[in-house]
Amino acid sequence: MLHGHRTWVFERTPVISGVATVVGPEEGNGPLADDFDIIHEDKMLGQKSWEKAEHQLLEEATKLAVENAGITKEQLGFYISGDLLNQITSSSFTARTLSVPYIGVFGACSTSMESLALAAFIVNAGGAQYVLSATSSHNSTAERQFRYPTEYGAQKPPTAQYTVTGAGAAVVTIDEQAAGPIITSATLGRVVDMGIKDPFNMGAAMAPAAVDTIQAHLKDLNRSPADYDLIVTGDLASVGYDIALELFKKHQVPIEETHYDDCGLMVYDREKQPVQAGGSGCACSATVTYGHLLKKMARGELNRILVVATGALLSPLTFQQGESIPCIAHAVCIENRGVSS
Amino acid sequence: MANQKLKNVTPVQKEYQELAKRKEPKRPVIKNCLKAFFVGGAICLFGQALQEMFMHYLHFDQSKAGDPTVACLIFISVVLTSLGVYDKFGQWAGAGSAVPVTGFANSMASAAIEHRSEGLVLGVGGNMFKLAGSVIVFGVFSAFVVGLIYLIFGIGG
Repeated sequence: MLHGHRTWVFERTPVISGVATVVGPEEGNGPLADDFDIIHEDKMLGQKSWEKAEHQLLEEATKLAVENAGITKEQLGFYISGDLLNQITSSSFTARTLSVPYIGVFGACSTSMESLALAAFIVNAGGAQYVLSATSSHNSTAERQFRYPTEYGAQKPPTAQYTVTGAGAAVVTIDEQAAGPIITSATLGRVVDMGIKDPFNMGAAMAPAAVDTIQAHLKDLNRSPADYDLIVTGDLASVGYDIALELFKKHQVPIEETHYDDCGLMVYDREKQPVQAGGSGCACSATVTYGHLLKKMARGELNRILVVATGALLSPLTFQQGESIPCIAHAVCIENRGVSS
Repeated sequence: MANQKLKNVTPVQKEYQELAKRKEPKRPVIKNCLKAFFVGGAICLFGQALQEMFMHYLHFDQSKAGDPTVACLIFISVVLTSLGVYDKFGQWAGAGSAVPVTGFANSMASAAIEHRSEGLVLGVGGNMFKLAGSVIVFGVFSAFVVGLIYLIFGIGG
């Protein structure tokens, strides 16, 4: 099970048997619009507050993922979820509706892969037959919690990122009959803090954590980037992506052997949309992976991918008090059946 | 002690911070300054035109014409904030839209709209001055300091 220092290899092939993605208007105007299940034109989703809107996104994603997996919610063993709001309320409120045993996690924007890794671990260990892993973020709830009121006219620097409005959910099962890609390994990240203090430059803060986890993953499994069709980071956006490329070179990781991309760069058209450096938020890696990448895998365009979700573990209080931004990254390897020998 | 430790950046961190600095896209400072100059100026020009209008057509005298002018600018800013336009304008115009009275009105209106969901008293009332509060605090304080200087040096002047 444990390979090397911090990588789990799952012998019993946990399957992602159903996924769902729900997004807001800006993502619906982006280049991946066709890959999302539900696109809301109203950022408020007809709700009375931004928080209720985010809760609604997550509810819809979880409901649809369970449906797509061809099961009922009563069959779920556990629900693992997290989001960016204080006390992860979107997740907990959704758990109230689902009323299945619930594990709330917080890994900021790395939550998507953190929860997926834990779900795979639980089903692999025989802890449950079906586990639902989900996460959400909303541009406006993040704006008001971490930055300014949404309608406030402050100018953002070119390093700033745009929080994705959306939710992604995946049902992981050990049922061998289930169709879908399998999770073969997961590498959990450690907190890396390079002393970056600017909350408008999260990409630069998170890049070292992503590189650290990717290096650990390759080392633990004795693999090279060439073993993957795609290595994708969660939300480094343009600034962090450039830095990560530089760090790979410095640490002699031959990343050019594979295709390396970033969900924060894929989800929006940066030329046309007002997103500065690119996308961020829990839903960034979740919607791009569950929506776009898994569809590409189903079509056989990709066979083995490594998704490395990156998270900045700051609070509005800590950066105002002058603390630096600790960051983390969790990697999950997803494959089509029959790729691994 | 703890603070001392935090200040000591390890060589690896230092090297990385230099890399991050190098990779950071620069703010277009000159462009921003020019935009701020012209947009801020245009808002003031518009204000001036309003004031002239009040004086010319509604026969206000110069000192009194300022009040309805400011009220108009605030009203326009609040309407644009409510329509969700002012934040996009602010991203483009930068300091040009933040410095005049319209920016102040935007900071209060945006906070009021944002916190409406928490109720009128604790939400709107308690948070309306969230951003504008510091302008008032430091505005009053600097006025106090200037007044003090005037009192000491300006007596009989």
